[in-house]
Amino acid sequence: MPDSLTKFIFGRLTWESLPLHEPIVVATFVAVALGGIALLGAITYFKLWGYLWREWFTSVDHKKIGIMYMVLGLIMLLRGFSDAIMMRLQQAIAFNGSEGYLNSHHYDQIFTAHGVIMIFFVAMPFVTGLMNFVVPLQIGARDVSFPFLNNFSFWMTVGGAILVMASLFVGEFARTGWLAYPPLSGIGYSPDVGVDYYIWALQVAGVGTTLSGINLICTIIKMRAPGMTMMRMPVFTWTSLCTNVLIVASFPVLTAVLAMLSLDRYVGTNFFTNDFGGNPMMYVNLIWIWGHPEVYILILPLFGVFSEVTSTFSGKRLFGYTSMVYATVVITILSYLVWLHHFFTMGSGASVNSFFGITTMIISIPTGAKIFNWLFTMYRGRIRFELPMMWTVAFMLTFVVGGMTGVLLAVPPADFVLHNSLFLIAHFHNVIIGGVLFGLFAGIAYWWPKAFGFKLDPFWGKVSFWCWVVGFWFAFMPLYILGLMGVTRRMRVFDDPSLQIWFVIAAFGAVLIAFGIGAFLIQIFVSVRRRAELVDVTGDPWGGRTLEWSTSSPPPAYNFAFTPVIRDNDAWWDMKKAGYRRPLSGFRPIHMPDNTGTGIILAAFSVALGFGMIWYIWWLAALSFVCLIATAIGHTFNYHRDFHIPAAEVTQTEEARTTLLAARV
Amino acid sequence: MKRFGALLLFPLAGLLSGCDLVVLAPAGDVAAQQRDLLVVSTLLMLVIIVPVMALTVFFAWRYRQSNASATYTPDWDHSTKLELVIWAAPLLIIICLGALTWLGTHLLDPYRRIDRIESGQPVTQLHKPLRVEVVALDWKWLFIYPDYGIASVNELAAPVNQPIDFRITSSAVMNSFYIPALAGQIYAMPGMETKLHAVINQPGTYSGFSANYSGAGFSGMRFAFHGLSDQAFDQWVAQAKTASAALNRDSYLELEKPSENEPVRHYASVDSDLYGAILNLCVERGKMCMNEMMSIDAKGGLGLAGVRNTLLLQYDKLARRGAIFGNDPSYVASICTAEEAAAAARAAGDATPTNWSAKDLSPLRGAGLLRPGTESRRAEAGTPPLGLLRREL
Repeated sequence: MPDSLTKFIFGRLTWESLPLHEPIVVATFVAVALGGIALLGAITYFKLWGYLWREWFTSVDHKKIGIMYMVLGLIMLLRGFSDAIMMRLQQAIAFNGSEGYLNSHHYDQIFTAHGVIMIFFVAMPFVTGLMNFVVPLQIGARDVSFPFLNNFSFWMTVGGAILVMASLFVGEFARTGWLAYPPLSGIGYSPDVGVDYYIWALQVAGVGTTLSGINLICTIIKMRAPGMTMMRMPVFTWTSLCTNVLIVASFPVLTAVLAMLSLDRYVGTNFFTNDFGGNPMMYVNLIWIWGHPEVYILILPLFGVFSEVTSTFSGKRLFGYTSMVYATVVITILSYLVWLHHFFTMGSGASVNSFFGITTMIISIPTGAKIFNWLFTMYRGRIRFELPMMWTVAFMLTFVVGGMTGVLLAVPPADFVLHNSLFLIAHFHNVIIGGVLFGLFAGIAYWWPKAFGFKLDPFWGKVSFWCWVVGFWFAFMPLYILGLMGVTRRMRVFDDPSLQIWFVIAAFGAVLIAFGIGAFLIQIFVSVRRRAELVDVTGDPWGGRTLEWSTSSPPPAYNFAFTPVIRDNDAWWDMKKAGYRRPLSGFRPIHMPDNTGTGIILAAFSVALGFGMIWYIWWLAALSFVCLIATAIGHTFNYHRDFHIPAAEVTQTEEARTTLLAARV
Repeated sequence: MKRFGALLLFPLAGLLSGCDLVVLAPAGDVAAQQRDLLVVSTLLMLVIIVPVMALTVFFAWRYRQSNASATYTPDWDHSTKLELVIWAAPLLIIICLGALTWLGTHLLDPYRRIDRIESGQPVTQLHKPLRVEVVALDWKWLFIYPDYGIASVNELAAPVNQPIDFRITSSAVMNSFYIPALAGQIYAMPGMETKLHAVINQPGTYSGFSANYSGAGFSGMRFAFHGLSDQAFDQWVAQAKTASAALNRDSYLELEKPSENEPVRHYASVDSDLYGAILNLCVERGKMCMNEMMSIDAKGGLGLAGVRNTLLLQYDKLARRGAIFGNDPSYVASICTAEEAAAAARAAGDATPTNWSAKDLSPLRGAGLLRPGTESRRAEAGTPPLGLLRREL
């Protein structure tokens, strides 16, 4: 085949693009390929494709989409964590002249991928999944405002994840750090496909995130059950609302800044180049204008989870609901006024640095108020130490330490000596693991029975809990100390042997966390096997206070046979106290959205478009772009968008539940 | 966790005593003041953090379900007095911390000249600051001493108790210049200059490095910083002067090429305008310096003629500039009238000038020439080298 034709068909994709010379990658590929073939084979053997396609992939049910988000987050957690443990191992052995086992080409991709995956494809899907599952149930809605958009958003997030995963086996990932600062990420210094993978993975996933944000804002604003005024919304719904406002206001900035970087890389514009009047610092500003709200996007919903959990398991109304809401809103607004604290050391003047340092500290006031509110919710309660509550107490003890080091880093002169050091790494893992991840585990343990109708096995949950908590302290306290010893981040080899012991301790902590993840997977496996023993037919296993606990577990497709009417902010608690009785008759047909495969198809074309752009396969990019637009237009002619669940079917479902409840009593 | 914590204390104390917490025990006055601020802030925050942690543990234990003797108030959810305390306590701490921050940030602004050598010893007329120009290269550090006309790679020396004025830039990508024992870090960025003022108080050898990831050779981007007595510093300078190499534009361009784990190297002499040229991205001959460009732009710029005049502004020469759809660099060879251009094209051997000379080309908008000898995607044999004219046909 002539050279130009090969180039036309494959762009810059050649046999050399496959990392066959990296034994670690090849071994991973073989393992993933075998596992993948086994999985696909099993699905085919058990004839599950039809079921998966009809019931899950094309589903517009917010509960199923929420669960799929969680599955995506879990799978990507395994990938992101393997990166983490590879880094820990490399840093623990690369002393005394040893180069370790990773060359810089591989190591630099690993720390970049770890950051990108953990933020965009672990934390974000987990958080979005949780909001998707819980919010409509908490506000007494039947689904989100735009059910198709929800399915589409999910598949776009998957699309981004697929591109990141593809970079492992076809080509390479970025070697720039997770925010890809230019000029290093410009075409001049990163001419390979790595940064393009980064850009297109985030752009594709970013579409999903933004749309899902719009969707949830609309849902919360427009679809609350009658009587649920804003100040009667459950706190988790409030924090979700604020998070989605942050998403909608900040993700376009990310999209824009990545678009400008792409223009620099593809058409030779000079937004962020050294020459021609470009300014790399502008990129740093813009990406942090997205990046700082992003950390609140991650943590706010978990603050909501902790509020729900503390109140439920203390058997008490949440202390200071109003101040909790105002604290959340204040954090939302302030999170836009602090981005410069990520680069105090880039030479801003003292007044600018002080301003951003002080605004950052101010955020700790509402955050502190929240901690106190949880504390006084526990005060004079009857605390049941089930798993979610254990995670919450661990969070409160861990997070305040992370918060403290965060405020410390907000003091510019202190930041000058700690910026980019392992102290910083310890700080943000302290708040992200101690806050976001602990919160997610609390949330998963809390709402699992709602999603599946049986509780999670407590024994393996406790094993996982202790491994995580102890592992976290072992893995990150040494990094605080290393930071004070002046050790900077992203180093591949070290020459000072006195540092090694700390890295070994940190690696030990990482291994403990690995056990924690393993125990969590075992917990799910064991719980599914013991589901008959762990079953909950009441739909309200914890003595819940909010609306989601009023319906069955798992909830029917329509969530609520009749839309509930709300009189108090602990709606379900109030209904229980008032002697609420389930309606047993008078059911009417329920109007529901219909499933569609358009979301998954659009996302598939987006992945192809991204892949074509990454590898300069122009025909593929053009073709998939045309198909993308055509499919989107085609979907507007799809008139089979909704259907009615007949009254008879609703009656049948509700009667089945009545029978179950009666059998229990 | 608490039980584990107690067990851990002994080995932890042993480990900590064995390691060098340079950030908490620096050898320079600026870093020491930064350390003080760090410690004071931490203590200030512990005032609130410790009670919160203690209360968390106490409440969790006191109000556990099995403790039936504890008060249980399921509907108590508001107390104005408590709310006031909850919001006021952190607020007060933050007011104190904010005041400290404002003062500390201004006092320890790296751009500000230091006013004391150490506590109780102000800077006087007798102190002559040592000027050092720092360039972060891929992947090594270049230090130029304009007062002595010498330079060194991956080794920095300064006399103790003498103010040091750093001017910092970078050749290609972002780095961060950091000597933990001396003072906080500041970024080194291409085409930009940052400043750092510091002083080293105790003689010794300290480590310095880049604190911002800059590519493959980042881990090896380390240098030794020697705090020397005046005498030893003079010796160091004298020794550097005996080096055989000289740092001029050519040897700099050679040095600038990416390399990893560079050994220490000295230059006996340095071109006096080299640092300015590095900062303004015009070390390579034929490049327009950024400060010149900026002053031209400030006066209104070169007009449309400048649009095609890009070659001399293009700087990222070591890296492949491969934007696939971008323009090729070009420069303006001369500005001429339409007739002259036609004549030039005829002279260049275009057989059919009538193709284009019929068209009214005035006013001429400035044609871009390809760089002599450059291969171009659009360069075809036999066409006149007048890019814009060709395009208008």
